[in-house]
Amino acid sequence: MRYALAVYGGPYSQQASHSALRFADALLARGHQLTTVFFYHDGVYNAANMMAPPQDEPHLRDRWLSLAENHATRLQVCVAAGLRRGMLDEREAARHGKQGHTLEAPFELTGLGQLVEATLDNDHLITFA
Amino acid sequence: MSDVMTAPLAGDDAGMAAGDLLVMLRHGPHGSSWLREGLEAAMVAAAFGREVGLLFTGDGVMALLEGQQVGPLGQKGSDNLLAALEMYDVERCYVDAAALRARGLTAQDVTLLPVTLLEHDEVVALTTAFSRVLSF
Repeated sequence: MRYALAVYGGPYSQQASHSALRFADALLARGHQLTTVFFYHDGVYNAANMMAPPQDEPHLRDRWLSLAENHATRLQVCVAAGLRRGMLDEREAARHGKQGHTLEAPFELTGLGQLVEATLDNDHLITFA
Repeated sequence: MSDVMTAPLAGDDAGMAAGDLLVMLRHGPHGSSWLREGLEAAMVAAAFGREVGLLFTGDGVMALLEGQQVGPLGQKGSDNLLAALEMYDVERCYVDAAALRARGLTAQDVTLLPVTLLEHDEVVALTTAFSRVLSF
């Protein structure tokens, strides 16, 4: 089966990211495919490239990266929700006259249309909020 | 209570017409961005030509009361988004009748949009009529 996940919960504030990652591991272990993770609402903070958690806690951004690297999962961040919350890639940072950027590949800023596509083009979309 | 605004339900299993995406709105217009971000997802789906339904349930029913404007807390109200729904061809709007009752509201309080009131088993049928559900 082809799965997509929608993550609305902020990292370390809520269980959402942890649960989503465990679910991702479980579905991949059973031979399913995880095509897309879409980050919306406070979930956009999962992409924060300066995330620096204490060493005895899971590094959530690195966990997402390993999904992209090992399973070709696309990590898509809603651009409207992201910009409001200070999640800017290099291009958006330049466009808004900001120094530095807070989001980079393999995370990508995309429109909400990608959430709609992920919802309809996969066998299942599971929301973690 | 659900007499005036309940659309006729034809056909089998409570007869909801099939749709692509049902967006459930469970939060009120103030205090969080859930309602606004849910509505935006629904409008984008509709703009992509998908058949979209909206279900107002829980505190989400409060969005249907008039006067949800920009408040002193600086959050945008939801009135303007709801007013734009028709332009985006989001015309299937449903309200959980039990959620209205639980908040002391009646169908007469819902004047902002034409809506269909649904009882619990009809809400269940609605979720199965749409191929996907997004919950906000």
